[in-house]
Amino acid sequence: MRWFIKRAISAFLTVYVAVTITFFVVRSMPGNPIQALAMALVQQLYMPYDTALRIAEAATPFVPKGPIWEQYFRYMYNFFRGNLGYSISYSTGVPVTQLLASAIPWTVLVVATSLVISFGLGILIGMLMAYKHGSKFDSVLAVTFSIIRSIPAYVIALIFLIIFAFQLNLFPTGGAYSVQPSFSFQFMADVLWHAALPIITWVFINFGGWALSMRGSTISVLGEDYIAYAQARGLPSRRIVVTYVGKNAILPIFTQFMLSLGFMFGGSIFIEYIFGYPGVGYMLYQAITKRDWFLMLGAFDIIVIAVAIGTFLADMLYGFLDPRVRRGGEVGR
Amino acid sequence: MSKEVAPPLTMKEIIKSFIEDWVVIPAKILVRNKKALAGFIITLGYIIMAVVGPHIIPYPKNYTCPIYLPPTLFKWPPSLAHPLGCDYFGADIWSEIVWGAPSILQIAFTAGFITTIVGITVGMVAGFLGGKVDAGLMTATDIVMVIPGLPLLIVLSTVIRSTNPFVIGAILSVTAWAGLARSIRSQVLSLRNREFIEAARALGLPTRHIVFREIMPNIMSYIAINFIFATTGAIYSSVGLYFLGMLPFSTVNWGIMLNWAYTQGALSSLSTIHYILAPIIAIVGFQTGLILFSYAIDEMFNPRLRTEV
Repeated sequence: MRWFIKRAISAFLTVYVAVTITFFVVRSMPGNPIQALAMALVQQLYMPYDTALRIAEAATPFVPKGPIWEQYFRYMYNFFRGNLGYSISYSTGVPVTQLLASAIPWTVLVVATSLVISFGLGILIGMLMAYKHGSKFDSVLAVTFSIIRSIPAYVIALIFLIIFAFQLNLFPTGGAYSVQPSFSFQFMADVLWHAALPIITWVFINFGGWALSMRGSTISVLGEDYIAYAQARGLPSRRIVVTYVGKNAILPIFTQFMLSLGFMFGGSIFIEYIFGYPGVGYMLYQAITKRDWFLMLGAFDIIVIAVAIGTFLADMLYGFLDPRVRRGGEVGR
Repeated sequence: MSKEVAPPLTMKEIIKSFIEDWVVIPAKILVRNKKALAGFIITLGYIIMAVVGPHIIPYPKNYTCPIYLPPTLFKWPPSLAHPLGCDYFGADIWSEIVWGAPSILQIAFTAGFITTIVGITVGMVAGFLGGKVDAGLMTATDIVMVIPGLPLLIVLSTVIRSTNPFVIGAILSVTAWAGLARSIRSQVLSLRNREFIEAARALGLPTRHIVFREIMPNIMSYIAINFIFATTGAIYSSVGLYFLGMLPFSTVNWGIMLNWAYTQGALSSLSTIHYILAPIIAIVGFQTGLILFSYAIDEMFNPRLRTEV
């Protein structure tokens, strides 16, 4: 329990400092939201700059005023009350929490689905590789996966967009849905159809990495004495594979699993930009180009909190899942 | 026990052993390890392209070749006039690829170098000194790890607007060192209480000696591999930032080519696809070269594996 409180306090402090740092970094960006909005209007609607600037000035009431320290304390005060401010130039006057709430479900849908699929696929292939380690099958896959892991996400996304959307016309080239939102089967199918390419891209990028981790972990478990003992006892090999090898090999990787959820949130900028997918990453990209300070900070905060909670849960679950740690051992990292 | 004093090495012997250590043995390892040899040749090819290329190939000028001309290298009869074809602005794609190489390579190796140095220093100091210093450094590491790296890089690169590849490399290292610092720390922690380190301490050897002569050789291969990963990671983020149009630029590079090709709609038709495939192949090829090369690093730097040569 004391460990739990200590860990919670440190997670809280981490979030606090990270939010503070991002606040000052974001506020030191050159350019201001009004000008950025005017420029966007000029580029998109080809209107004269003066007209655009006059329209953009409607956002003036939402631009923070006063010395930067005062702004900071006001922001933190509101932050802890769950108020992330109002959008300035992206969608003038709309609360940031409302904008984020409309974007988060899309990102969670894509990221969570692809994480589960790539983890499951990686675990299976990784165990198979470990059982056949040293074989041609294993070494070819290991090299292939380590190369795939280093290929940038946006490259894969672009290639898949060319092949599956533009050439084969199997999937749409952008957006999250194309029929009226409703609780119908048709709408659900349409949403999945639009989410398919982002999900396939994520899975393709990630499953090789999981397979390599699982391979390493399984090989080290296979060398343990208790596996040899279980075999000597004549236990059915199915049981050895699942409960003896599988469970023990997945355990160390599970922490990574919890962590990567948060990291994928941050990495979703590229994939959502390329597929024009209206999630947190795409919104963050828009907010940066339009210098929408509060929306930017809000998106940063959400990611920071997601990563911090992921780390915290990973530590707790590790203690819970590993009997050696559960029975009073020290939780080391 | 009679004390034997080794005769001092002559300059010739020093050079000879240096060549033996840094040229002959790595070459032997490379010849034996086909994957790493391929990676070495690819990486070397990219470095030659970046260093020599811009002196041979003319700078890509707009309106010097037909718009979206398909690659002349792959048609019959093949020609070297515009080997990779031309882009939307009527510039030769091959010379764009060549002229784009120096800045990407400079950014990548600078970022790889700084990330590795900072990661080693923080990890070593935290693991070796322990106590309050360790706690402080690890808290800082935790905070850096929580902040979303890529978005922060975008914001930082607009704050520090620079087209200098070395400055961009330094910006990219700001978020990248934390993971390496953590793992170096845990490596140092596991080494710190081993017998040979305790022996060195008992002998009263200076900390400098323990760190550089006793601990370093043990984690050298790990460090070298992480240098390569930091470099590939920097290619990932720098090209990505150019692709999103978030970094200012003075000369063309692969990320900007991706951006132009994407925004000009070169993806939608097979007749324009060579425009986006060229930078993609350049990036993937370089990453593949580095990763394949990393397969020999363990053998090159790990003294236990070296003796087998």
